[in-house]
Amino acid sequence: MCGICGCGERPLTAHTHDHTPHDHHHDVEQPATVRRIKVEQDIFAKNNQYAQLNREYFRQNAIFALNFVSSPGSGKTSLLTSTITQLPADCAISVIEGDQQTTLDAEKIRATGVRALQINTGKGCHLDAHSIAHALQDQIPGPNSLVFIENVGNLVCPAAFDLGEAYKVVVLSVTEGEDKPLKYPDMFHAAELMILNKIDLLPYLDFDVEKCIDYARRINPRIKVLQLSVKTGQGMTEWLQWLTISQRLSSIA
Amino acid sequence: MHELSLCENILQMIEQQAKDQKFTRVLTVCLEIGQLSCVEPEAISFCFNEVMSGSVANQAELKIVMLAGLAWCPTCYHHFEILQRYDECPNCGRYDVQIVKGEHMRISELEVI
Repeated sequence: MCGICGCGERPLTAHTHDHTPHDHHHDVEQPATVRRIKVEQDIFAKNNQYAQLNREYFRQNAIFALNFVSSPGSGKTSLLTSTITQLPADCAISVIEGDQQTTLDAEKIRATGVRALQINTGKGCHLDAHSIAHALQDQIPGPNSLVFIENVGNLVCPAAFDLGEAYKVVVLSVTEGEDKPLKYPDMFHAAELMILNKIDLLPYLDFDVEKCIDYARRINPRIKVLQLSVKTGQGMTEWLQWLTISQRLSSIA
Repeated sequence: MHELSLCENILQMIEQQAKDQKFTRVLTVCLEIGQLSCVEPEAISFCFNEVMSGSVANQAELKIVMLAGLAWCPTCYHHFEILQRYDECPNCGRYDVQIVKGEHMRISELEVI
């Protein structure tokens, strides 16, 4: 309601009422009624709905899905190719690769004999649950299988987007600096497991492993930590054990 | 810059509301952004006009209300305002605190005609 002349309608465009009293005819201005609509919807609601559908699909088919996140160059793809070759041959695996451009990573995965689908996000900085839903339609991973999703190399945006995975696994290479968990807390908060990669390089670096783990647990007291080197194979046994046990547990829960 | 795709989500939600609630123009979009959400309000503002351009929310005003983060310490039961995820409990100094508020971002209200 117009608070000044009481004409019952709020003007669409601002107009002043400094004019003298008049016979009230607002013929020129046909003000529309302004309504307030309560929305109260989460901005991530749509993504979360798709994520929930993906999660339900994984559950129904006993698929164990992991979302690998890290900065570019931490060694995610090498970790995946090495993991695939060391898992038993009868272990069904499919991989979804997210990068802004190129199919290079999917090609590296396919060279191991495993199916891989590449999603190019173009200008996008993360995978979202909708793109994963389409990838699942294209790829149709079989029941009782593993799905590895390698997210776009980025420690910021992928933290906010649930893809329907069982867990996020954050890979941090020791060449990056131990303060990464404090600098990018959202990602370490969202992850179930932190893999410290390239530990064969520790003798040549000032990286403080204990400090890094302490920082990560300040952000996320429940985070589990594995230290490994894809290059030398150190720590790979423990990682494969974590993978196998977590897959079994997820099929029970 | 996931704020660009978040603005696109906001537009989709507004367009759905326009269909459901039968309005043709949005004057104001009110957002609530939690202090601990993965969202930078300045980046949202930067993308907002561009994404809304030519839509039902063309030239709509963006109002952002920041919501404080609240946390609870399971060790000493202290409730406190938390600014960053790595803040310790101000009462007992422990880091394993639980965040209870301030992680979300939502459209609270629209002014429409």
